[in-house]
Amino acid sequence: MTTDPPATASASAPSRARRVARWLHARPRTQLRLLLALPLLWLVVVYLGSLAILLLNAFWTSDPFTGRVNPFDWSLGAFVQIIGNDVYRTIAIRTIGMAALVTVTDALLAFPIAYYMARVASPRVRRLLVVAVLMPLWASYLVKIFAWRTILQGNGVLSWVLSPFGIDGPGTDELMNSWLVFTYLWLPYMILPIYAGLERVPTSLLEASADLGGRAGTTFRRVVLPLVFPALVAGSIFTFSLTLGDYIVPDLVSDAKFIGNVIFDNSALGEFPVAAAYSMLPILIVVLYLVLARRLGAFESL
Amino acid sequence: MVESTWVRIGLRLATWLILGFLYLPLIVLGIFAFNESRFMAWPPPGFTLHWFGEALANPAIPRAFLNSILAALAAVAIALVLGTLAAMAVQRFAFFGRDSINFLVVLPIALPGVITGIALSTTFQTLGIRFGLMTIIIGHATFCIVIAYNNVIARLRRLPRSPEEASADLGADTWITFRRITMPGMRTALLSGALLAFALSFDEVIVTLFTAGAGTQTIPIWILSAIQRPTELPVVNVVALVLVLLSVIPVYIAQRISGETAGVPR
Repeated sequence: MTTDPPATASASAPSRARRVARWLHARPRTQLRLLLALPLLWLVVVYLGSLAILLLNAFWTSDPFTGRVNPFDWSLGAFVQIIGNDVYRTIAIRTIGMAALVTVTDALLAFPIAYYMARVASPRVRRLLVVAVLMPLWASYLVKIFAWRTILQGNGVLSWVLSPFGIDGPGTDELMNSWLVFTYLWLPYMILPIYAGLERVPTSLLEASADLGGRAGTTFRRVVLPLVFPALVAGSIFTFSLTLGDYIVPDLVSDAKFIGNVIFDNSALGEFPVAAAYSMLPILIVVLYLVLARRLGAFESL
Repeated sequence: MVESTWVRIGLRLATWLILGFLYLPLIVLGIFAFNESRFMAWPPPGFTLHWFGEALANPAIPRAFLNSILAALAAVAIALVLGTLAAMAVQRFAFFGRDSINFLVVLPIALPGVITGIALSTTFQTLGIRFGLMTIIIGHATFCIVIAYNNVIARLRRLPRSPEEASADLGADTWITFRRITMPGMRTALLSGALLAFALSFDEVIVTLFTAGAGTQTIPIWILSAIQRPTELPVVNVVALVLVLLSVIPVYIAQRISGETAGVPR
């Protein structure tokens, strides 16, 4: 068990490969270190290292003319700039509110179809439905946004449908377009975990509830929902976290800025300290969300 | 059946409506690809194959496709090696900090893409690394590791250890056992992991925009820039339709591999 056993084993003299194997066999700790060396090197140095440099940048200054960051020139300027400006607060509230709204909408839309797939459809129809839900999930993210743009724009499908009623189409500037498109994009991520969760609910429990006099509504509220709740939270991790960091959708179908836009725009302008400082907000929110989700048992149903 | 007839009828209706919602944009897209007019007004005045020819004649498109494929292949290769190694370590050894490795592997995909993007881009900038295909690959590999890792670890959990022990008892060394026993057991898990990671990388734009720099275009970046130019929209439509049709391939293969539900790309 090391990085590239087959090639080295056949290339070098078999006796030597065997000797190495025997030597390793007696040293499980060394085996473990060899296994972990490369993945840890990458994740710790490349990934955590980058996050650390991002954190440092939040406390550095950048040259206003060249946009170059002056390393080790410590300052809280970026944080002061963010806290002192109401726009940043408005954008944060807007983004978090949108992430919550999208999560709730997706949960409401996902439940009926997931329930139908898990408990009503025949096995053949169920398989077809799983494929039908997977297909749009695999379709390109950007292509789906582009498709919505063509539907929403001034002379698009939606205007055409609405025009007999004397209503104009929404165009591509409305904030609520983001709600529609986010809901669309992440819906399959909510359907699949809830479907898996519902499939694990034993029918006997529902029958028991009915036998004990529970009406359909009561059974749903007191038996189905508690059992599926962790799966719902699992799905919400996707819908919430993906909305929180997205900067393409708001840019393409609305004129409202989200947290992701602030980070992207500032980084494009060379304002790395501000972008880095503002990045701490979604990191904090997602980490808190993950801790909460873990408490609610979401990780067992992923 | 516990559900009443009315509930079942309601659920079926809701299912069809939601499926309609999921497919409506893709259908509109497919129709517009054949649009005779260069404006995207509904309904299209007529139909033509003209834009397919125009897409083929545009040299930026195959170049972007090639970049996307190269980046995805390299990222998948790195992610498979690193993800498999980490999965074998976590699944087969008990050691201090095992849970942290789990967390560390998941982190790049749990944090919003914009964070991974800005972190990498700031680092490249700070260290003076030139942006290009290489930096794209580094970004993609980072968030693809978790895909390989999850697939391999799920498989290792289900694979019995006894054939490996039997192999060792029969005199095979670690390498032969890995090649003849462990590897064949993991093969389909690696394949579906590779597929998922490839699709994820091929489609990625949020991290890629941060790590690509000005000179290198992947296909999503080409689409994003072409969307801003009204004259290119008909060609974007054609490329979009091709991408949607291409996405049938991974779903088909994934279904063939698992026979059951395919994994969820994130």
